This record gives sequence, C-alpha cells and structure tokens, in this order.
Amino acid sequence: MDYSNLRRQAASMKKSLFDQGYLDEQFCQVEDLQDEASPNFAEEVITLFFKDSARLISNIEQALEKYPKDFNKWDAYMQQLKGSCSSIGASRMKSECMSFREFCGQGNVEGCMKSFQKVKREHGVLRQKLEAYFQLLRQAGPAGAATRPGM
Amino acid sequence: MAAVATETPFHVLAVDDSLPDRKLIERLLKTSSFQVTTVDSGSKALEFLRIHHDSSTPISLQEDQLIYNQEVAVNLIITDYCMPGMTGYDLLKKIKESSSLRDIPVVIMSSENIPSRINRCLEEGADEFFLKPVRLSDMSKLKPHILKSRCKEHYNQQSDGNIDESSSNPTNSSSSSSDNSSSSRKRKAEGDAEILPKANRSRHS
Repeated sequence: MDYSNLRRQAASMKKSLFDQGYLDEQFCQVEDLQDEASPNFAEEVITLFFKDSARLISNIEQALEKYPKDFNKWDAYMQQLKGSCSSIGASRMKSECMSFREFCGQGNVEGCMKSFQKVKREHGVLRQKLEAYFQLLRQAGPAGAATRPGM
Repeated sequence: MAAVATETPFHVLAVDDSLPDRKLIERLLKTSSFQVTTVDSGSKALEFLRIHHDSSTPISLQEDQLIYNQEVAVNLIITDYCMPGMTGYDLLKKIKESSSLRDIPVVIMSSENIPSRINRCLEEGADEFFLKPVRLSDMSKLKPHILKSRCKEHYNQQSDGNIDESSSNPTNSSSSSSDNSSSSRKRKAEGDAEILPKANRSRHS
C-alpha cells in the first residue's frame, strides 16, 4: 500500500475543500489539536458535529412547522447551528446559516424556507466530503495527518 | 509576583451546552496543560462548584503557598454565553454573588460579537471575553487571571497585613472576604487593566 500516495490524496482533497470554500482556517485549528495522544481528535470532533448538527437541523425543521412566523425562535435555533459550524470551520454551511438569520430579521418566510433547504444541502454535501476525507486518512495510516513543522 | 507556583496543573471548569464545542474547549485546555472538567449547563456547573468548592478551606497554609484540595478546587471557569436555561451571564452573576465562589476568575465565550453583551459581562465581573471559535492562542490569557486571583487570596489570608509585591492594587488592601460590594467587583475588573496592561480584556474580530 502506498501510504504516502494516500496521504497526498487526502491533502489534495483537503486543499480542494478549502479552495471551494467548504472549509475555512478553523478546520486547520481543529486538526492542529491532534497529536500522538489524540490522533483521531479531528475526526471525533467532526463526527460529534454532524451528530449535533443533524439534531439542530431537525429542531429547526420542527420549529418551522410548529411555530409559523416565529422568527425569533427560528433565529435562536439557527444561531446554535451557525455557532457549531463556526467551531469546526464549516464555512459554506455557516454562510447559509447566516443567510437564514438575515431572512429571519427581515421577516421573510419564503426566504427562510429556501435558505433552510440550502443549509440542509450544504450539510449533506459537507458530511459526504468529510467522511471521504477521513476515510482516506484512516487508510493512509496512523501518521495520516500531514507532518507539521515543529509540533 | 509572589511564588504561589504549584506543580499541580490548574483546574478549569468548562461550561458549554454544545457537545462538539465542549470537546474542543476540553482539548484546547488540556493541550495547554490544564486539568479540565466539562459540564453542559450552568446548573451543573454550580452543582460541581458547590460540591467541590464550598468547603475549600486551605488544608495547609505556609508562608508562600496555599495548598487546597488540588484535585478538585476550580481555578477558573470558562463558560459559553448562550445556553438554554441558565445563560453564561446568569452563571457569572451567581458565581459573583457567592462568597465562596466569587474569587474564581470567570471567562465568557460567545460566537456573537455584541459589544453591549461583552461590556455587560465585564461589568458583572468576568475577567475575559473570548469570541468563538476559541483558539489555542487564547489559552495563554487564562493563567494570568488564575495567578492574579491566587495572589489576591494569598494576600487576603495574611492577617498580619504584610504587603507582598503581588498585590500592587491598593484597592485590595482593605477588602476582607466578607465584604462583598459590587464596587469591589468593578474594581477587580478595572484592576485587571492596571496589573496586566497587556492583557486583552475583550476580543473584537
């Protein structure tokens, strides 16, 4: 198995996620917290993120239905989701969350509904891409993360 | 500063209702050599503090050291602002209202950059306000607050009134732990700026 090749592929996958705006610098901050003692830290946090964000999305979905035009409530739920996105560097998803909140501020129901669909889509896409990324890293072996100088 | 150095790591209580954020803050703190306890709500934080801190009288008092029950004594509390039920601000208030807890430094975290919110927290006695996402570089701002509060405690414990160089803030000289006026809390917040002029009291991105 050519581990260095797999590592190169993972690095290239990550680069494209950054180039396409799916991820921002905060993701690097999360990965940088990994070390020999916690070699899978990033994947663990991301896994928690997707579990948590799925729950938050479901809450928003329910709120959109159960509490029509309750923009404060909708905004409050989305604020939580946006915060989570921000913590792991989920940049595109975060932008969609912010759009939704703007629509809430404007009292624009249709805008909220459309924006929420986008949030869900970005969530799904990001999950797929990061799952593929971490799988590649796992295949690349324990030293799968790119070497960092001086850490 | 007087030598209140101890080899036991400082213990931070981290409060955040978000699971991924809790994991992150825990890792940030551990990477920075803190001992960490995480809880997911303000009420659980208070519960933990009451069990482990209310009876935190020093078990040994020597000239240069205060030795507490080091495994559990909390040296700093870092809490998210937006939490269901008890917010970080509510928790801060409760801590500052408690004579046994109010000297523990409190740091507030928030993903929202709202100046009025930041000011409100600082006025209520928060020592620092971090904008989320919190970074590793933020962790270096924690220890000064811990050391400052321990020096202050150490000074307050000295009944013979020896003024050691750690307590350069004159407003502390007459404060005994039973005197809990809001003005002393505000002085504490202002005092931070005097003692550590380089410290970032708030971070606006």
